[in-house]
Formats: sequence, C-alpha cells, structure tokens
Amino acid sequence: MPGEVHARVDKVTRVYAGAGGHPPVHALGPIDLDLRKGEFFAVVGPSGCGKSTFLEVLAGLQTPSSGTVTFEGKPIHGEVADGIGVVFQEDASFPWLTVWDNAAFGLRRSGVAAPEIRRRVDDALAFMGLKDFAKAYPSQLSGGMRQRVCIARTLVLQPRLILLDEPFGALDAQTRLLMGDEVLRLWRRTGATVLLITHALDEAAMLSDRVGAMSARPGCFIEIIETNWPRERDSTIVGNAAFGEITGRLWERLRGESLKALGHSGASALAAQ
Amino acid sequence: MTRIGLIRLVVVIVAVGALELACRLGLINHNVIIPPSEMASALWTLLASGTLNAEIERTLGMIALVIAISIAAGFAIGCVIHALPRVREALDPFFATYYAVPVFIFYPVLIAIFGLSIMPIVLIGVATAVVAMIIATLNGLDRVPRVLAKVARVHRLGRIATALQLQLPAAAPYLFTGVKLSVSYGFIAVIAAEFILAPAGLGRDISEAYADFDNRRMYALILFILIVATLVNAVLHGFDMRLAQRRSGGRA
Repeated sequence: MPGEVHARVDKVTRVYAGAGGHPPVHALGPIDLDLRKGEFFAVVGPSGCGKSTFLEVLAGLQTPSSGTVTFEGKPIHGEVADGIGVVFQEDASFPWLTVWDNAAFGLRRSGVAAPEIRRRVDDALAFMGLKDFAKAYPSQLSGGMRQRVCIARTLVLQPRLILLDEPFGALDAQTRLLMGDEVLRLWRRTGATVLLITHALDEAAMLSDRVGAMSARPGCFIEIIETNWPRERDSTIVGNAAFGEITGRLWERLRGESLKALGHSGASALAAQ
Repeated sequence: MTRIGLIRLVVVIVAVGALELACRLGLINHNVIIPPSEMASALWTLLASGTLNAEIERTLGMIALVIAISIAAGFAIGCVIHALPRVREALDPFFATYYAVPVFIFYPVLIAIFGLSIMPIVLIGVATAVVAMIIATLNGLDRVPRVLAKVARVHRLGRIATALQLQLPAAAPYLFTGVKLSVSYGFIAVIAAEFILAPAGLGRDISEAYADFDNRRMYALILFILIVATLVNAVLHGFDMRLAQRRSGGRA
C-alpha cells in the first residue's frame, strides 16, 4: 500500500541548450515519480540516460526545463532544500581536513553548538566504522572509506531525504556489496527516504523497495518494480531466488534501452548476434 | 635528521671544504675566489660593524614589498582571469611565452620614466614575479574538483564561503608553488636590478665591490644573500612538505 508522498516529481523535463551550433539536448523526461516517505528507491538505466540529471533536479542542483519538484510539499527550484543530503560518485572528501573535521563541516556551517557537533560526529563516525580514523586524512584511507567519510558528512546533518549518485561506482564488487549493507543499516536507522542512482542492476535489486528502470535518453521510467523485500535485509539476499528474478526482469526491460544508448550501429551489431 | 638530509649536509660540507682547500692550496687564484672561511669572517665583520644595516633594510624591504605585491596581485588577477574564459583564452599565449622574454630589457625604460629610485626596481621585480603567481592561481583553480562546487551548493555555501572554505584549500598546493616561485623571482629581480643600476642596496654594493676589486666585501655580501635566500626557501620548503605530507597521508 502506498505510503505518504515525501517528494514528488511532476512532468519534469530537462533540456540543455545547444552550444556552438549544436541542437538542444533533451536529457530527461517528461518524468513523474512519487517518492514515498521512508522508502528506498533505486534508479537504473543505460549510460547517458539522464539518471544523474534526474538526481540533480530532485536535489535542486539543476533547474528543470519544465514541470515541478516538491519535497515535503514545498517546491524545489534550483536550490538544495533543508533536509536533503547528497552523496556523489566522485570522491568529495576534503583532503585538507581530517576525517573528523570532514564529517563536522556541514554542522559547523549550520551554527550547531560544539557539544552537539561532537556528539553527532562521533556517533556518525562510529556508525560508519571510522571511529579509529577520526584523526586521519582522506589520503590515508581507501576509496570505500573516503566514500564513507562523505556519507558520514551527510549523515550528521540528519537529512530526511538522502540522494546517492552512484556512490559505489568506483569500488570493487565485494566492497560494493558491503557498502550496500552499510547503506541499508543507515537507511533503517535514520528512517530517511533514500534515492540511489546506480548502473548496477544487482545493487539496485538488493537494496531497494522499488527500482525505477529508465529508458535511453531522454530518460523516462519505463517500469517501476516492487521488490517486496523485508525492511530487515542485507547482502545475503543475493542468494534468494527472487533476487535473480528481479535482476532478470530489470535486464529484460533495460537491454533494448542499453542497445539504443550504444547507438544505431552498435545496437544493430549486437542485436544481430 | 633523515638519511637524505644527512647526505645533503655532507655534500654541502664536502663542497665548501673542497673550495676552502683549493683556495688555501693556491689551486684557485685568491684574486678570483677567496676561501669560504674568509667570506664568513668578512661577513661577520661587516654585520658586526653595522655599516650594512641600511642596505640590508632597503634591499630586504624591497624584496618583501615585491613578493607581497606579486602574490596579492597575481592571485587576484588569476582569479579574475579564471572567471573570464574568453580573456583567458586571449592571454594564454602570453603566459606561455612570458618567461621566454627577458623582462629586464625594460629596466632602462623604467629608469627613464621613473628615475633612479625604488620604483623601477619594484616594478621590474613585480613584472618578473607576478606572472608566476597568476599561472599558479589559474593552475590551482583549474584543478579544484568540480564535485566541490556541487558539495558547496548542497551545504548552501555562498560564493565567498565556497571560495574561502573549499576552492582556496583545494587549490592551496598549486597556489603555494606560485608563492615559492614569486619569492625566488622577487629575490633575483631586486638584487639583479640593484646590481645593474640603483642608488643603493646590497646588489649595488656587490657591483661596487666587484668594480673596486674588493673581493672580501663582494664575497661577504654574496654569502649574506645566499644565506638569506636559502633560509627563506628552507622555511617555505618545510611548510610545503608539511602540507604535502598531510594531503598524501604522510607519503610525501
């Protein structure tokens, strides 16, 4: 049964103006989505279909060309609303700050009292398994740990909507599975609504309550699949038969779109096989 | 002291020792180079007499002024040019070839315009050092990861806060390279300008000692400048290493 709508994307499109005599690029939409409060929603789709554009429009980092985005009933228009946290694919840790100071960055900006900053940062670092690395610099950490620092920096701000833009894209498969477990723990603990952009079908199928499969550019949802996983879950569900079914169904929907994204000649060649 | 530091010290001691020995044994004509110990002794005498104080104050003051102007102006100009891509595109070839042109050829022109004062020296010093800082600033700002701009927006930082809290620290290693180059160019330009033509200063003193065949004074002054320049660069290098070690997790 659908829950309370937390964020709504209504007939949103994003068209980039053409530069240097090139025609405009229709990157996204029209796209509609109701994100339910507290759900874990993943978006998968072929390369270049507009997944990250979708996340940035939802975050308020980009302004939609048409349509509206609302979060908790208030419109979002080119500015990140209070209560939204974003974790990016790229390493966005600050190399000049220690892990602790990285995590505290946003709180210090928000004028939160020092004891409260200490409590929240210590708590987030402990939760993300970074307690022993509080005084380390990001360069002393692995890629996965640096990404955890960025998640901790988001977590301390207690966001109600967490947007993850392929945060594990640069990590190896095993680390990605384990990071997935951590994100699930985080999601359960915070009760936040999570939207994850990923190119990995298994990751989407494992983590999410619902998975939105996007078409090739301009990206639109061609199907939204309910996984029906219990809230208490972890990466062991990859051994579940239903997991294979969900992944298979996603690929069935996305194969043609991925071929389109590869381009006409590539698509023809592969289709002929 | 680290092993490499020890090797470095030994190399310097051996080189100075070899020069001392060569001078003492007459392998090097005393009229060409005096032994390092005599240079040090002459410098000590000069410093103790206090007769150098005014020259030191004038020259080091001018170097400090040139460095300060070059760093501040170079950083500001670099930021402005970085924000104006078309201007940058137009200026890039000039920056790329700037140090291929000997800026010092304009020194006589500056003397003709401003007279024999500190102005031509400061201007030629700034002209020599400022472009290094501009290039370093452009380089540093180019290398600020794009994702930081998004992070700034997520944290709702304004333009100034973004610049001060994210862009500046991210670009700091490159900016510091500009600072180091500006310091080196500042030293070179001021001393060289004084040496060519100036009413006073350490460079002018060296030039006069050279013309008077006063080797003791000339080498004492050269030693003094070497010591000051080395100390300043050692301090900057130490700071740079600390910065690099912090960013590379102690692997610098």
